[in-house]
Amino acid sequence: MMKKSPKQKLGRGNAALAPYSLWALLFIIVPMAFVAYYAFTDNNFNFTTENITRFFTAVSNVRNEDGSIKEVHTYLLIFRRSLKLAIISTIVCLVVGYPLAYRIARASKRAQQTMMTLIMIPMWMNFLIRTYAWMTILQDSGVFNNLIAKLGMGPVRIIGTETAVIIGMVYDYLPYMVLPIYSIMVKMDDKLIEAARDLGCGSLSILRRVIFPLSLPGVISGITMVLIPSISTFYISQKLGNGKFFLIGDAIEGQYVANNLHFAAAMAFILMVILLVFMALVKYYSSRYVNGGDAK
Amino acid sequence: MKKVISNILTALVYIFLFAPIVILLIFSFNESKSLSVFSNFSFRWYRELLKDRHTLEAVRNTLLLAASATVISTIMGTAAAWGIDRLRSRWYRGFMNTVTDIPMTNPDIITGISLMLMFVFVGRIFGARNSLNFWTMLIAHVTFCLPYVILQVLPKLQQIDKALPEAAMDLGCTQVGAFFKVELPEMMPGIVTGAIMAFTISMDDFVISYFTSGTGFETLPIRIYSMTKKTVTPKMYALATIIFFVTLSLLLINNFIDDKSTRKGGKKAKKAKKAKKD
Repeated sequence: MMKKSPKQKLGRGNAALAPYSLWALLFIIVPMAFVAYYAFTDNNFNFTTENITRFFTAVSNVRNEDGSIKEVHTYLLIFRRSLKLAIISTIVCLVVGYPLAYRIARASKRAQQTMMTLIMIPMWMNFLIRTYAWMTILQDSGVFNNLIAKLGMGPVRIIGTETAVIIGMVYDYLPYMVLPIYSIMVKMDDKLIEAARDLGCGSLSILRRVIFPLSLPGVISGITMVLIPSISTFYISQKLGNGKFFLIGDAIEGQYVANNLHFAAAMAFILMVILLVFMALVKYYSSRYVNGGDAK
Repeated sequence: MKKVISNILTALVYIFLFAPIVILLIFSFNESKSLSVFSNFSFRWYRELLKDRHTLEAVRNTLLLAASATVISTIMGTAAAWGIDRLRSRWYRGFMNTVTDIPMTNPDIITGISLMLMFVFVGRIFGARNSLNFWTMLIAHVTFCLPYVILQVLPKLQQIDKALPEAAMDLGCTQVGAFFKVELPEMMPGIVTGAIMAFTISMDDFVISYFTSGTGFETLPIRIYSMTKKTVTPKMYALATIIFFVTLSLLLINNFIDDKSTRKGGKKAKKAKKAKKD
């Protein structure tokens, strides 16, 4: 009887896990295989690499500001733009979110709870509505321009610029940066900071040599949590960029609407591969530097 | 001085976070159609919202979908967490954790596209012209809700002393009895938080729903999306205000439950410490 019990337990654990295992296989793993399958087939499901090469080689003409016409790689340009806007938004989120997380983590217990709840509340509002609210604020005759007109300043054109898209991304994803950094910082031992001060560290070098290295896991997960949704978004750019700044998400959605499922899949596949490589690199470096390397 | 500056900067960030919401709340009570000039206070847009049959149906659809997805994902996810916690094979456990992470780290657009491709492909095999409907959406929602439930329940299970269910069984409990009397109460806070998260995330989801929804079944985010394609009236702001207060109260209820359980936990820990001292 005694001998049997571990096996029995294992059997029951597997039985409880079985529905989820099957579900995960059917609806997580198999669909990802379908992305690859569609990406490498044509409309008759014959093998082709055309969809992939189209992404890298398709060209189109754009008109420069001075009226001259320039030939560009359509999708590479879109991808580069997505990457640029996502990276800028991530940096802004980090620059704003890091000190904020630090400030919250240093507040009293009660203030911490209130401040974190206030950070979360906007997250619980549908992002379509949040983005749309920004659109009405930033419009040429919107609330923002009305406000600065009252202060005697001229109207500023924000909507339809890259700045507007970045504002939207930062607004939507800032909480994803603050949350993980805060949750690391709140667990940080104050004695370490005191010890560093006793040993003659200035405020800046405490930040650089004690606080920042310790908070690195939070920073890394914050960066991935902001970068990934902002690189793949498709609504923000349509609304705040006035459709002028096509991002990779818009391109995928556009092909889906046009029923070009194979090309949509090819772009999704390329995005997926790039993000997987990125995540693997992050995992590799963070396990090397965060857990081992710096603990001298 | 330093403190003053940091307080001002913090306040600015909070103003940035709440400005759109405040503006939205204010203009939902605007009498005129304008979204930038406030004329008079009125409930006009709330009345019009109540007359909008499509939106009300979308609300009903959203609640139905979120409730079904929550029930299925909570039951399946809790069982899965229990199973994962019990796994002996380290390889299998690592594999399950990685798989559970996929829907959370994959961008929504890829999760949505991947499920849509599969549904369309399978639908074609069966000769269906329109293979996307309520059921495909439900599958999609259960799929992205499951990880949230599992990741909430699993830590609670890991906190349970494995000797406790065994002790209960030694004292005459059956294995099922031990599960319901010992393990389930400990898992409960995680299950409740997981279920609330699943419900709100399902209600809030747009991207994945957008790719897996058929023409017949419209949820609220999809309705909002099609509303914002045309010129928008403050009606949508009235809708947003209502959603805001509903989700806010859900969040506060969740916080309250959390608070209560951590306080209980704190007391227990204190008692344990005391016992050790004695």
